[in-house]
Amino acid sequence: MLQNLKQSLLISLWFVFLTFPLMVVRVNTMDQVVIWRWMNMLWVAIASFVLSYGWRYMFARQKVRKKVADEGGETRSKLQLLLEDMSFRYKAMGVILVAALIFPQVFDTYQSTIMISALIYVVLGLGLNISVGLAGLLDLGYVAFFGVGAYSYALLNHHFDLGFWISLPIGGIIGCLFGIVLGFPILRLRGDYLAIVTLGFGMIFKVVMENWDSLSFGPSGIANIDKPSFFGMDLNLADSTVYIYYIMIAMVIFTILVTNRLKNSRVGRAWIAMREDETACVAMGIDIARTKLSAYALGAFWAGMVGVLFASKTTFINPASFTFMESAIILSIVVLGGMGSILGVIIGAFFLILLPEYMRAFSEYRMMTFGAAMVLMMIFRPQGIISNLRQTYQYKGLKDKTNNG
Amino acid sequence: MEYFLQLFFSGLTRGSIYALIALGYTMVYGIIQLINFAHGEIYMIGAFVALIVAGVCTIYGLSGVSILILAGVIAVIYACAYGYTLEKVAYRPLRGAPRLAPLISAIGMSIFLQNYVLLAQTSDFLPFPRLIPDFAFMEPVAHIIGSPELVILVTTVVTMILLTLLIKKTRVGKAMRATQQDMNMARLVGVNVDRIISMTFIIGSGLAAIGGVLVASYIGQVNFYIGFLAGVKAFTAAVLGGIGSIPGAVIGGLVLGWAESFAAGYISSAYEDVFTFGLLVLILTLRPAGILGKARKQKV
Repeated sequence: MLQNLKQSLLISLWFVFLTFPLMVVRVNTMDQVVIWRWMNMLWVAIASFVLSYGWRYMFARQKVRKKVADEGGETRSKLQLLLEDMSFRYKAMGVILVAALIFPQVFDTYQSTIMISALIYVVLGLGLNISVGLAGLLDLGYVAFFGVGAYSYALLNHHFDLGFWISLPIGGIIGCLFGIVLGFPILRLRGDYLAIVTLGFGMIFKVVMENWDSLSFGPSGIANIDKPSFFGMDLNLADSTVYIYYIMIAMVIFTILVTNRLKNSRVGRAWIAMREDETACVAMGIDIARTKLSAYALGAFWAGMVGVLFASKTTFINPASFTFMESAIILSIVVLGGMGSILGVIIGAFFLILLPEYMRAFSEYRMMTFGAAMVLMMIFRPQGIISNLRQTYQYKGLKDKTNNG
Repeated sequence: MEYFLQLFFSGLTRGSIYALIALGYTMVYGIIQLINFAHGEIYMIGAFVALIVAGVCTIYGLSGVSILILAGVIAVIYACAYGYTLEKVAYRPLRGAPRLAPLISAIGMSIFLQNYVLLAQTSDFLPFPRLIPDFAFMEPVAHIIGSPELVILVTTVVTMILLTLLIKKTRVGKAMRATQQDMNMARLVGVNVDRIISMTFIIGSGLAAIGGVLVASYIGQVNFYIGFLAGVKAFTAAVLGGIGSIPGAVIGGLVLGWAESFAAGYISSAYEDVFTFGLLVLILTLRPAGILGKARKQKV
């Protein structure tokens, strides 16, 4: 007890020292004055003192859990057990679907717009979940595929007057092609190099789009992109928002269905095997190159498709929408929600996009919180908010037989 | 010819900075096979602390080279402290976890530190005082290589020599090499592996901070975002030279510096970053082990 107190005091003292120049001192070189913000020192001390207790408590809890798991006890939470109950899941899905369908009728255009952007992130999260969650390939430039989709629709629309519905699959396929092209150089390499290459690709995309004026119109972007047309009719703003909302809902459902099926398919199992152990996976006779490329290409496909929708929703795009921060947000959605878990990613997306939207005061601290949450998640709950539900098989006939025999 | 020499020396200067930062990546990767994404942020924090110290000193009336040395020393101390804490908080609990976990933790830490500096200070570019004086003896060649460049080159070379001595001659260096070769075996012969890993982070962070201070006083401005790009480029340099190899990091840094400088000078400066990543992709495709790295067979 006393030792804990002493340790926490030392930790808070250390953090006060650590944050001193950045948190306390502020130099204004214009007016030649130094602003001393002494109060910040107190906040840091209190916060780190409390957090160090929390830190210790979390580690103790983790130890207890591990012990329970080793003894074969139940470590899944009540929520997790509830979610594994299939009949509950079907009921819940029905309720959510009905709520999603009547949402734009109940709330106004502004709410629908926010909801659309949350849904865009749901699909992006699910797409990235294929490569990060299932296949274990960390992709830090995912937003570039999103940008590729958005730009392909914007350019096709600008130059050739192509409509939304034709561009939707085209955007997806172009994203997919980029994924394959980018996947090639890293086929022979381990995952961490992939992270850096994709990061580089994300940056290259932005730099090229900013500078290649004749193609992308540079930083000023492309304006007046057509909204999706409703059987040839032009809709007013409110109606078209509702329309895009429904397209988005359809797309989310489509994505969920496909990724769910993929997860249990031959390819999906190959991805999971590759994530768990690449060497063993090769030894089992799985073509690693094809598995990697397919995971990568499919992830990019969704990003490309959503990109088209994003361009048609905002009717204006420029390179500023496709920064590394966006990639980081999508990645934190996947990581915080639960890598590999579809439900987790959906909840993560709503949580991370809607929370800052409704809590404006909090939005300044958004990225900092995301970063800290990513670290804490990895340490204390690597499986995310909702961990991936793995299919388990039970032999149901056993009980009857033993009774009879 | 003069233009060529200008580009040559500007490339050399840049390259030596990349090398300083790349050393941190390479040393950490050599020991725990982790890309320390937050390393660029340590570099940025080093530059920021130096800026703050220099600012306070200027306002309270100090001047000249004494500020540079004071700012540099304090920046290095703080960067080391940050590097040590970073390892303890974000990476040590994840030792033995699946490979993706520490990588994501590192990215989280990078985002966290960036935004921490953004919120604690400002999002604007801050002017960094010109601390390196113009030497009189550099006058005749000033159109090719300026005094700041000379200071950077000399500091880098001295730092590299000290680092080499540390690794080759001292007990700590020996323990580091042992840990790099085989962590379990090193533990068996009595090396305190955890302490060696901490030491590696501290040394790497100190080197990054030296780079940060030099760059900041050379370019003349600092921003919370500078660490990101510098980090990625330095990592490219480390991969280029062969990750895990210390001379490799130096060579990789120099090659990258020259490649960027010449590409920007003769082709187009807008696409400078594109060349860097193009080079990275090319190296990874053709020779993934890098210039000096040895291809390691993966054992099952």
